[in-house]
Amino acid sequence: MAKLSVTLDGAALPAARRTTPLTRLGSTLAHLWRDPSSGFAMVVIAILLLTALFGPFLASHDPILVDLPNALKPPSAANWFGTDELGRDIYSRIVYGSRITLFIIFLVSIIVGPIGLIIGATSGYFGGWVDTAMMRVTDIFLSFPSLILCLAFVAALGAGLENAIVAIALTSWPPIARLARAETLTFRNADYISASRMQGASNLRIIIKSIMPMCIPSVLVRITLSMASVILTAAGLGFLGLGAQPPLPEWGAMIATGRNYMLDSWWVVTFPGVAILLVSLAFNLLGDGLRDVLDPKKH
Amino acid sequence: MSDTLIDAKNLRVSYRSGKGFVDAVRGVTFQLGKERLGIVGESGSGKSTIGRALLKLLPSARITADRLNFGGADLIAATEKQMLGIRGKRMSMILQDPKFSLNPVQRVGDQIAEAYLVHTKASKVQARAKTLEMLEAVQIRDPERVYGLYPHEISGGMGQRVMIAMMLIPEPEVIIADEPTSALDVTVRVQVLGILDRLVTSKGIGLIMISHDLNLVRNFCDRVLIMYSGQVVEQLAARDLFNATHPYTKGLLAAQPHIGGARKQLPVLRRDPAWKSELTGVVR
Amino acid sequence: MSGIVVDDLSITLGHGAAAKKILDSVTFKIGSGQSFGLVGESGSGKSTVLKCLARLWTMWTGNVMIAGQPVRNMPKMEYCRTVQMVFQDPYGSLHPRQSITTALREPLRIHGMDRVQDRMEQALVDVGLNASFLERFPHELSGGQRQRVAIARALILEPKLLLLDEPTSALDVSVQAEVLNLLSEIRTARNLTYLFVSHDLAVIDYMCDELAVMQHGRIVEILDRKGLSGGEARDPYARELIGASLAYDKVA
Repeated sequence: MAKLSVTLDGAALPAARRTTPLTRLGSTLAHLWRDPSSGFAMVVIAILLLTALFGPFLASHDPILVDLPNALKPPSAANWFGTDELGRDIYSRIVYGSRITLFIIFLVSIIVGPIGLIIGATSGYFGGWVDTAMMRVTDIFLSFPSLILCLAFVAALGAGLENAIVAIALTSWPPIARLARAETLTFRNADYISASRMQGASNLRIIIKSIMPMCIPSVLVRITLSMASVILTAAGLGFLGLGAQPPLPEWGAMIATGRNYMLDSWWVVTFPGVAILLVSLAFNLLGDGLRDVLDPKKH
Repeated sequence: MSDTLIDAKNLRVSYRSGKGFVDAVRGVTFQLGKERLGIVGESGSGKSTIGRALLKLLPSARITADRLNFGGADLIAATEKQMLGIRGKRMSMILQDPKFSLNPVQRVGDQIAEAYLVHTKASKVQARAKTLEMLEAVQIRDPERVYGLYPHEISGGMGQRVMIAMMLIPEPEVIIADEPTSALDVTVRVQVLGILDRLVTSKGIGLIMISHDLNLVRNFCDRVLIMYSGQVVEQLAARDLFNATHPYTKGLLAAQPHIGGARKQLPVLRRDPAWKSELTGVVR
Repeated sequence: MSGIVVDDLSITLGHGAAAKKILDSVTFKIGSGQSFGLVGESGSGKSTVLKCLARLWTMWTGNVMIAGQPVRNMPKMEYCRTVQMVFQDPYGSLHPRQSITTALREPLRIHGMDRVQDRMEQALVDVGLNASFLERFPHELSGGQRQRVAIARALILEPKLLLLDEPTSALDVSVQAEVLNLLSEIRTARNLTYLFVSHDLAVIDYMCDELAVMQHGRIVEILDRKGLSGGEARDPYARELIGASLAYDKVA
């Protein structure tokens, strides 16, 4: 049932395709699915999500139950990925560890996205000393290698998963802010912004309603790409003993403790390592795919 | 030996869209001799597509025709290698905005010289001399100085004259000008068109002028093709434009305001859906 | 009531030897309900004058009065209900991610106006569209339709004065005719004052009673319509510009 609207010159407008956010999400997912690399990424991420969701049902053993007689057993029918140095089933620890990984990614993104967006958009829109001040602060954060800065924060805050997340977030927001600022600079002088000003919109209103929505696609892509490095950083912190504390089955921490037994019991580090590899790769590929899909020139 | 440079019959250009094809140009037939032919239309009429189709600059499009001859060469059957020998050397194109068609990191003189070197076996010294000659021919007063300038250092009108020099230096047989003066101010427009006119006439080059501006084409061309929705709806001599018979042409002419004209409402062009349907047979 | 008086409007950028005059003592008057044209080629400063009146640029000196008040002092809300602008590029003046509803509703919200839905629908009808356009996005509309929406947006706050920055330059001739007709009708119906900027003398002649020719930031001549077609221009640049446009435009 096509709805036609007639305009003054008699030409009919084609029926509007109702694009709600849900349909736009649907078509984005469909596009991503079509490309093999982002399709693979979606599969891996879906597995991650389902594993985290249904963890207790998928795990075969209790992830933190110590069982010393069973220590360092190779992969077998009883323990699919073998056991670690305390006899804990590695497969189950990986399954429960996926929750931790997801927790880290989610929290970091929630913190970093809005902060980076607001700072970048404000900075780019106002220019002048506001821009200078904010960007110098950003530069300070950017001038440190992120892992080192993370270590510094964790050292100050104390070891632990939550503090690790805060530390990672504090080092991840600057690139987002820079990106949002760069985007804002490209359309800050556009006619539609001038039109908003002429209608009496306050600066706050313009930033929130007109500027930030335009920055969101790039920011989204950037966050997705940085999830890979977030995971690796968390794993790195865990490896250094500064992230998740035992007995939490965080993948990086598993590698950390497992490396002492690496030469004789390869399975203790390999499986967590592969898990980290797959998830980082998946987010990288997803970010790439998203960038192609959200590229306005394609439309 | 006929004077016809381009002979096109039933030219059709389509783009893939979804599961089918969408026609941008539908069954266009025309000839070009040593004259100035204007192709006029609004946006979406297909006029720019024809220009690019002649030079086969549309890699994603399907170009078919009953006949598309250029001085003995069959453009439909031509391979990319053969087209490389035609583009620039025998048929070239002047684009709309010199800001975007000149290489911003190369001096303009070098760009013109390069156009010459690519198509002839001349030496660099000869190319430079020829370039300076061409710069003078397009009425640039200080060719030595302008040779060394970068595109951002020259004005729009001068940039367009540089483009003309660049496209004419290999002495092509046909030039396609796609909205060559739309980005220029009115006073500069007249000057640039005058230069183009003089050069084209003196060297016996065929010119296809693509434009949305009826006034331009009326003043500057010998013959005019009016395009609508991918088809030629009318062909006539430029001086006969006000005696046009097709309602679309008449509508376009009437919709244009004129200095000193009446103040009443401008007649609005009512688009008859019948104009979109495929024209069959006779070319007027 | 809604006239404009511009007196000695100037902008100078830079200092000392490198100082550049963007606008040089621009002076003109527009009566209430009149339509005034500013013509010039690129770099003449015509759009800059508009931006100053629109309060988008604020570094100018001189005196600008709109509806009897100095434009610099006008409180923001009052200014927006007095002066509005239609921009050149129909593809750039509507926010690409906002629906037409949002585009029309925002100004009403900002000014706390009532009967929001009615006003939006009426605004669209007033420009020859209809309420079904409310749910569309700009990329679904043609250039002419977008420009109409831009005009609807400008009119929805019921201004007395419209600044028009080459509103039809980017449109096809047939669409331009429709939009010019629309602008004429609206001016008569609402008794608006227009300041119309264009590089096209034929359009200015059609739309405006009086015009000023600008070159390099200065007004070189002010003419009325009769003077334009009667060849009464005295400044050499104005004569050159008019001559070139007439030669271009000659009706057989």
